[in-house]
Amino acid sequence: MASRTQKLIALVAVALAVFLLGTSLAQSREGGAGPGRIVSLVPAITEMLFAIGAGPQVVAVSSYDEFPAEVKALPKVGALLDPDTERILALRPDLVVVYGSQSDLQTQLERAHLRTFSYRHGGIATTLGTIRDIGVATGHRKESSDLVSSLQARLDAVRDRVKGRTRPRVVLVFERQAGTLREVYASGGVGFLHEMLDVAGGTNVFADVARESVQPSIETLLARAPDVILEVRASGLIEKTGADDADAWSALSSVPAVKNRRVHLLRGDYLVVPGPRLAMATEAFARALHPETFK
Amino acid sequence: MITVDSAGADGTPLPRRIPRSSIRGRLTATLLGFGMVALATCALAPLVGTTPISLTRALDPAIPFEQNVDAQIFFVARLPRVLAGALVGSALAAAGVVFQAMLRNPLATPFTLGVSAGASLGAMLVIVFGGALTFGSFSTVPAASLAGAAAATAVVYWLATRHGHAISTSVLLLAGVTLNSFLSAIIMFVQYLADFAQVYRAARWIMGDLDIGGYDTLIASLPLVIAAFALFAWLPSSLNLLSVDKDAAAARGVDVPRAQRLAFFSASLATSAAVSLAGPIGFVGIVVPHLVRLLVGVDHRIVLPASALFGAAFLVACDLVARTILSPVEIPVGIVTAMIGGPFFLWLLVRKS
Repeated sequence: MASRTQKLIALVAVALAVFLLGTSLAQSREGGAGPGRIVSLVPAITEMLFAIGAGPQVVAVSSYDEFPAEVKALPKVGALLDPDTERILALRPDLVVVYGSQSDLQTQLERAHLRTFSYRHGGIATTLGTIRDIGVATGHRKESSDLVSSLQARLDAVRDRVKGRTRPRVVLVFERQAGTLREVYASGGVGFLHEMLDVAGGTNVFADVARESVQPSIETLLARAPDVILEVRASGLIEKTGADDADAWSALSSVPAVKNRRVHLLRGDYLVVPGPRLAMATEAFARALHPETFK
Repeated sequence: MITVDSAGADGTPLPRRIPRSSIRGRLTATLLGFGMVALATCALAPLVGTTPISLTRALDPAIPFEQNVDAQIFFVARLPRVLAGALVGSALAAAGVVFQAMLRNPLATPFTLGVSAGASLGAMLVIVFGGALTFGSFSTVPAASLAGAAAATAVVYWLATRHGHAISTSVLLLAGVTLNSFLSAIIMFVQYLADFAQVYRAARWIMGDLDIGGYDTLIASLPLVIAAFALFAWLPSSLNLLSVDKDAAAARGVDVPRAQRLAFFSASLATSAAVSLAGPIGFVGIVVPHLVRLLVGVDHRIVLPASALFGAAFLVACDLVARTILSPVEIPVGIVTAMIGGPFFLWLLVRKS
């Protein structure tokens, strides 16, 4: 009986030893130089990679990538709906960053024994967590945790600065047919835009809608009566939005934002990419919402 | 009761010419009935919505308009929307009647001959490539969709009249259906070149939207709809004969090529105006005419105006559902018309067989 127990203990000990050795080996590999060839199909993650010093490891990006400037010289291998699997394989990457919905591509790449990193947009916490994770996956653990701390500090600074101020009720518009109030898309009560607005000291008038985007009717816009209309435009993909375009809002003269001329137009792709520039975007929101605090 | 007007092919006897005096009474009664329904719907719809408003406050001249939220909701949000619904609904329903009669096909819709695909392509091109173009407060999307609709109409007409001066309805139908698929393929290609936001906006445009937020676009499409309806006034008697048999119509003194041209261009004009204003809202042009025929019979002198009135009421009611049922989120009106229209049409089909 005793010998059987001893055997069992020995067996467990050996199994444990093998397991520990395996994980420590895996960890040492992970903690080393990391993958030398990264393909990123997600612009937000491309930005993170460059921000944590993994830029030189990136060998190809998606066709929507525009930032930082270095990506312009890199080969483009498709995007969310049309990833060019053949070219991705031909580049012999050792890490491919895919979007969460690209499960077919992920399966295909895993079949080719390629490591993948899957990601989905979420809130600010998702972005910060992803920076940490991609840092670990690419061997830039230190840089990524430094970046997360500095972003967190900047966000906290914004939050502190607007603390105690009256929080205006805001509609955050990110899409609209030029010159009219048709096809207005605004941030709902979920996602990074909503959370950035919250940090910047604004109350989202659509906080009660549990979706990332809302298409409010004109009636709803009139009824919610926002104090501030914050329009963001990613400069890359826009229509002309001049003074005459902001005039479209003047039809809603009973809305406090229109009455008090608090319709703000912010431009730049950094405003809508949930990457390392989100602190900068949050600061821009705060400056628009609380100009008196940022004089 | 004959419920559909494709009767000619299977040898149903021609409707007899009813003397004018006897139709007048029926016409008056029917129009009065449908007119009341349309008026009541259009009068009630602006009073209902996601936000409760007080009509007395909305109409109170003592409160300045800039401070009167009720008045703004009534006059800026709801009234233009209801009027657009009425205009688009009546244009699509009447165009549906005309196309079904002219093509002798109960399944014809205002969109069968490629008008909507042309309009969609026009709108899509502006959404994807022409974003920088605005003229003052006018958006270029309605203008582009109107141009696309006109181009599609011209191409189909040219194809159908190539072999002689009369329209060949079979060529018209085939050319229209083919053009529809061809343009849809181009639309897919344009969408493929676009970015996500544009694809989403384009897809949303196709679902239809009556929230026009002002009277500018409404006033711009009004002359087109009025012109189309003025042309419709010439049609009913010849449609009665055309819908049954072309040769019999000719034998009874109908100038068939002229009547067909008139029908084709007036219905295309009404459809183009409707689509450019609100996007291609489906099912109105097929459900309303069939429902009206169920109620009043097949005489186009009654069916056409009654469909126009009932189409207005139907679309305004569908839009009321669209803007209130999931508040504060809104359903595209085209989804509501399809949800109501699809099952209804299937019921009609089963009931008939």
